[in-house]
Amino acid sequence: MLLAKKIIYNVVWLAILIIIILNFSACQQVDSQPLNKALISEFKEVSERSIVIQYADIAHAVFEDALFTAQTLKVAITQLRSYPSETTLLAAKKAWKLARVPYMQSEVFRFGNAIVDDWEGQLNAWPLDEGLIDYIDQGSYEYVLGNNGANANLVANKKISVGTTVLDTSSLTPELIISLNELGGSESNVASGYHAIEFLLWGQDLNASNSGAGSRPASDFMMGKHCSNGHCGRRAQYLWAVSELLINDLSYMQKQWAPDGPYRKLLLTENPKQGLRKMLFGMGSLSLGELAGERMKVALEANSVEDEHDCFSDNTHYSHFYDAKGIQNIYLGEYTRIDGQKVFGPSLSQLVRRYHSGLDSRLSNALEETMKHFRRMVVAAESSQNPMAFDMMIAEGNTKGRMLVNQAINALVQQTTLIEQVAEALTLGELNPDNADHSF
Amino acid sequence: MTIFKRFYLSVCIGLFLTNYSLDLVANEALPGGKASVHNYGHNAFSMPSANMSITRRLDFNVGNSFFRNPWVIAPASTRARDGLGPIFNTNSCQSCHIKDGRGHTPEGTEDSAVSLLIRLSIPLSNENQRKTLLRDGIIPEPIYGGQLQDGGIPGVKAEGRITLHWEAVLQIFPNGESISLRKPLFEIKDLQYGQMSKNVMISARVAPPMIGLGLLEAIPEASLLAAEDIDDNNNDGISGKANRVWDVARNETSLGRFGWKAGQPSLMQQNAAAFNGDLGITSAIFPQDHCTEQQVSCLNAHNGGEFEVSQKILSFVEFYTRNLAVPARTNIADESLERGKKLFQQSGCANCHTPHHTTAKLINQPEQSEQKIWPYTDLLLHDMGKGLADNRSEFLANGQEWRTAPLWGLSHQKKVSGHTELLHDGRARNVLEAILWHDGEAKTAKEYVVNMQKGERADLVSFVESL
Repeated sequence: MLLAKKIIYNVVWLAILIIIILNFSACQQVDSQPLNKALISEFKEVSERSIVIQYADIAHAVFEDALFTAQTLKVAITQLRSYPSETTLLAAKKAWKLARVPYMQSEVFRFGNAIVDDWEGQLNAWPLDEGLIDYIDQGSYEYVLGNNGANANLVANKKISVGTTVLDTSSLTPELIISLNELGGSESNVASGYHAIEFLLWGQDLNASNSGAGSRPASDFMMGKHCSNGHCGRRAQYLWAVSELLINDLSYMQKQWAPDGPYRKLLLTENPKQGLRKMLFGMGSLSLGELAGERMKVALEANSVEDEHDCFSDNTHYSHFYDAKGIQNIYLGEYTRIDGQKVFGPSLSQLVRRYHSGLDSRLSNALEETMKHFRRMVVAAESSQNPMAFDMMIAEGNTKGRMLVNQAINALVQQTTLIEQVAEALTLGELNPDNADHSF
Repeated sequence: MTIFKRFYLSVCIGLFLTNYSLDLVANEALPGGKASVHNYGHNAFSMPSANMSITRRLDFNVGNSFFRNPWVIAPASTRARDGLGPIFNTNSCQSCHIKDGRGHTPEGTEDSAVSLLIRLSIPLSNENQRKTLLRDGIIPEPIYGGQLQDGGIPGVKAEGRITLHWEAVLQIFPNGESISLRKPLFEIKDLQYGQMSKNVMISARVAPPMIGLGLLEAIPEASLLAAEDIDDNNNDGISGKANRVWDVARNETSLGRFGWKAGQPSLMQQNAAAFNGDLGITSAIFPQDHCTEQQVSCLNAHNGGEFEVSQKILSFVEFYTRNLAVPARTNIADESLERGKKLFQQSGCANCHTPHHTTAKLINQPEQSEQKIWPYTDLLLHDMGKGLADNRSEFLANGQEWRTAPLWGLSHQKKVSGHTELLHDGRARNVLEAILWHDGEAKTAKEYVVNMQKGERADLVSFVESL
């Protein structure tokens, strides 16, 4: 009986979601018709402006998808809270992984667009000292020395003291959670965002460089005598509040890029060349500094699981894959939405092809070559026989893992070189590290 | 001479001067040569050399990560970044070189002195210590070593705690105006390993900004030595002496370039010394932790392997620190700055704060190779008088001598660091206070500034603040 009830509940929610998604898509099509007409007339010439418009369209679609999938995640979390079981926990984990697909493809917009870069910390800050949020295994917990909030355990404590200040944490609201980010001045105090949710769903990964992710039991969310590790109500409340916050944040960013969104308007009043620079700068910055550098080469040189991006869920391979995909999207002017619809239009690739067809094919091939290497990493990590997650690939002495990661790094470097050449060919000037909003 | 002729002549001279100064101005606006960057915000000191190729920017990023991220206690899952302590001042480079910029003095008396540290030593008392003096430049305090570490891993006590009080010092100008300077009085409290030697010498040091260091390293040794005038043979009251310090890798005494007393010969060794002294991280260059025989818990603590920072990671950090770029100057064409620049020359400031150098040709360092740079330093040691003295020698630098501090990047300090403190212990709250602390060899120049008209002094300060 109870099971039937649950199924009905699920089906109803799913139906509502589908309706929401379809409605949104429909509205979008109607709204953007005048825009599309303008585009079609310009399409033959692939004007620089139409390419920047397409860039904004992709940003809007990506952030909208990130919002939809975050809403789905919240539904799943509400389910977990109401009916805690291994099934609802697993469903929430799946919803989290799905939510990462569009979000990671949005990262390419961070670089060059200060509005995104200044905003993203609240959603995707990492690494985090998880003892701020919940219980941890003291034996294996490593936190940043001097971080006064590293053992605050917000789930367990209705008030916490940081240095000489005592904070009232009795009511775990989204507002309170925002105020706890970078508590006591430490960047490792990350109270909100995808990684906070990830930790609450998976728990610590205690397997180091061995196989396996975090393994939090569903009973951590059960009430009364079934509750494990204490404070299950507050834990569920915390999880709910951070997912609510995530939706608020994504909703804000989605509106910024909407057809009448303030940021889109600002972007389109600039010289289109500036828009093109932002696109190429974003592609190059994410390729080189962030993905190849911070997230991969540093992890590889340090052989450190602490450097793994999605460390609780062992989902890092997909995070990296969709980061890279986001870069390719911008060059090709296309994006595949979560419902399978394709967004496509005037692209940098077309513009480059008109003047320098050789260069266009070199960069297109390089971007595809990069995707091939990330696909290999995904295949290795998702293998049913001997899965090798990213934290295993970067382990000391793993020759095969090192090769997989290195090949992807080299491909990213190669594509960045070509991105710079494209900027030169389009007479956009050098993409100097000093001329935009984030280090290249 | 007819009026027409005079007019014609002045136009010609004017044109000549304009051309000349335009050329000069164009150079001066880029203090780091082609490596200079155009970033003027909070991140102005964190950018890679503008002339760096893209593949090398990947290495810059890797170096940045090891400079920025905290090191942890051994043993840890992050083996490449473990080995902090047992005693230390901080857990990452970035926590003192905040935003790759300058550190600051503690705000309150009881605040921890994170971006400031205290060096310790005792006078030479017997001939057996000569070898130590040759290698370390100092004789370390017998219990606490060459530096006070005010942090410790669990189970190992911090050596002590730094407290700071300020004493007001009044400076009166000839026009009757006066300003109140502040002199720091440091005290070391809560000593955990017994009493310090009675004749201990202490020297407080604020973390210096990280920009342009690779360019300073690339100034040819010969051109620095050419400016030496140890016995003041030219009778200008300014000596100028290069420090000669121990180079571990070369196993010989070499020219000192880095640190407040030019106590380190190269960036590689400077970085390794900071890892070792400030973070308690061992390396091939400095393989020992800073535990003395009396610090048993320190000696017995778990360490992070033979060399806690590998040579590979040190090389990434070296590359990073070589390439933190100097930001371009934004405002140079102002009339008051032109006046200030002249006064900077006339007063004699430029005799030690040498405006301009050309770096050597370097095959493997294209970013630093053959650049015309404007650091405003001669990298030499000068007697700065009793007021600034730490009375603690370091290799050839005596207790009153300090290395001329570079002035480039000063126009960006407020935005990067949120303060305008200057000098080795951060006592000067602004450029004028820093100038007024100058004495010794800089006495004539300082008095020139004191005796200036108020407006002239403002022009001079504006010029220095525009660098």
